[in-house]
Amino acid sequence: MNPKTINKFALNTIKVIAGLVVIILAFLIGRILIQGVPHISWHFLTSPSQEFVSGGGISYQLFNSFYLLVLTLLISFPISLGAGIFLSEYAPKNWLTEILRMSIEILSSLPSVVVGLFGFLLFVVQFKLGFSIIAGAIALTFFNLPLLTSNVEQALNSVSDLQREAGMALGLSKWRTVIKVIIPEALPGIVTGIVLGAGRVFGEAAALIYTAGQSASTIDFTNWNPFNAASPLNWSRPAETLAVHIWKINSEGIMPDAAAVSAGTSAVLIIVVLIFNLSARYLGNKLYRKFTAAGK
Amino acid sequence: MDVGKYDLNDTAIMQFDPKEKEMALTTKNLQVYYGDNHAFYDGSLQFERYKITALIGASGSGKSTFLRSLNRMNDGIAKVDGNIWYRSLDINSSAINVYEMRKHIGMVFQRPNPFSKSIRENITFAVKENGIKDKKKLDEIVESSLKRAALWEEVKDQLGSSALALSGGQQQRLCIARAIAMQPDILLMDEPASALDPISTLKVEETMMELKKHYTIIIVTHNMQQASRVSDYTAFFHLGHVIEYDKTKNIFTFPQKKATDDYVSGNFG
Ligand SMILES: Nc1ncnc2c1ncn2[C@@H]1O[C@H](COP(=O)(O)OP(=O)(O)OP(=O)(O)O)[C@@H](O)[C@H]1O
Ligand SMILES: [Mg+2]
Repeated sequence: MNPKTINKFALNTIKVIAGLVVIILAFLIGRILIQGVPHISWHFLTSPSQEFVSGGGISYQLFNSFYLLVLTLLISFPISLGAGIFLSEYAPKNWLTEILRMSIEILSSLPSVVVGLFGFLLFVVQFKLGFSIIAGAIALTFFNLPLLTSNVEQALNSVSDLQREAGMALGLSKWRTVIKVIIPEALPGIVTGIVLGAGRVFGEAAALIYTAGQSASTIDFTNWNPFNAASPLNWSRPAETLAVHIWKINSEGIMPDAAAVSAGTSAVLIIVVLIFNLSARYLGNKLYRKFTAAGK
Repeated sequence: MDVGKYDLNDTAIMQFDPKEKEMALTTKNLQVYYGDNHAFYDGSLQFERYKITALIGASGSGKSTFLRSLNRMNDGIAKVDGNIWYRSLDINSSAINVYEMRKHIGMVFQRPNPFSKSIRENITFAVKENGIKDKKKLDEIVESSLKRAALWEEVKDQLGSSALALSGGQQQRLCIARAIAMQPDILLMDEPASALDPISTLKVEETMMELKKHYTIIIVTHNMQQASRVSDYTAFFHLGHVIEYDKTKNIFTFPQKKATDDYVSGNFG
């Protein structure tokens, strides 16, 4: 075979594989949407779930998913930003830094079930947090932190050293250069990473089953005092999320319309994750343009 | 290149009488090491105030190494021994506040490196960090620095747009404007025109001639014509040594050392 034929053959193989991936994805997403979307209604989104009769909704699960996501990001973003800045800008090149980097990589490849069980043993049982939003948020932080940290580090690393020199040569301290020059330039990458991570966190079930729990306690949406047990903001109540809800219905759901509820919930979950992914691209591009083009 | 061809210790370094001429910067026995690599040897050079001094020499001869040591950009990268005298201060000592010092000794790099901010912000950014917040004052600084860098006419109507949309030559002049907005005493330039086309190069050179009235300039260049066009003094670097330092006219017409002669006449190596 001559190089041209080989090249053509390789190219076609890649095209076929890529096409297969797209078809499988489109099939999966399409199936979930076709089955689930007809079941989505205002009623479905805004009423509590039912255990024994049909007609239940997912309002608590929907709220819990978002609340858990916000808490997780509130905890994991500052830590990963700090860690990412340290690794990219300040960490000396030695074995200690390498170990740190390796630990982060290992942590990021832990199966989420393991993260969940670890969270269960340490926070739920040992620290007596019980099945609670906060225990879930901490578990999700363990799940989210490594990827977010690597993402911040990579985004900062991708900023040219010429920019650092430019700042330093103007008499700025390293810290000011990082804050005012490097981070703004890396922001599009950082934001994209956060939003993509948010999608992962939003769809996560295994890490939550034994930490945030599998029951949706009654929420009183008129009570916003976080210390009241019925308040939506209360973080010590057990909180079933969308993903956990789907898992639970499919393993032990006994309501008559279990299949429909499961399909509807899956569709909502997929739609939210899709929105996250699309907005990550949109935001990333927009920020990139804002910081490189007209900065009025 | 035959390393042993020239005697590296056979040098001709011009000395100024500090009583007659005002020196902006004086290095004494400067040595630079990158780890085990001794990259620059024993440089004792004086730089006269309000003059342009060119540093020439082959690639790898240590010009950038020397230049970057002058405002301590080599901190954390290389070990620099010796003294650098600036206004009766040894700025190579550890007691010096390097951030303060760099406001007096600015630098322009080989590759234009504007911030990905607007043209205006590129100039005001470091000035603001320095505590000047008054809008009118900042506008004045933007205008005067851009004028001095010969860029004002080209960009005065688009100060709010991104600096990255400028051409390479304009970006480089913006970097010069950004450096002089800090009102430094001395400007260090590392091949500021090497990435530019001939017309932009001429513009940058005109800019330098203009800047000379207010600043002392030390410039690294590979371009002999440029060195002879713009500079008052020239130092010839070879393998980490300064072989010859004299008036530019002398270096290019009557060099005292064979290495210098070979280099400027293109018979090097
Ligand atoms: N950051 C660095 N780390 C290690 N060695 C370096 C570094 N920068 C330069 N050197 C070494 O120092 C010596 C002088 O390099 P330098 O960059 O000063 O030369 P130069 O005269 O500026 O060359 P050019 O004209 O190509 O810019 C070279 O041997 C080079 O390998
Ligand atoms: Mg150089």
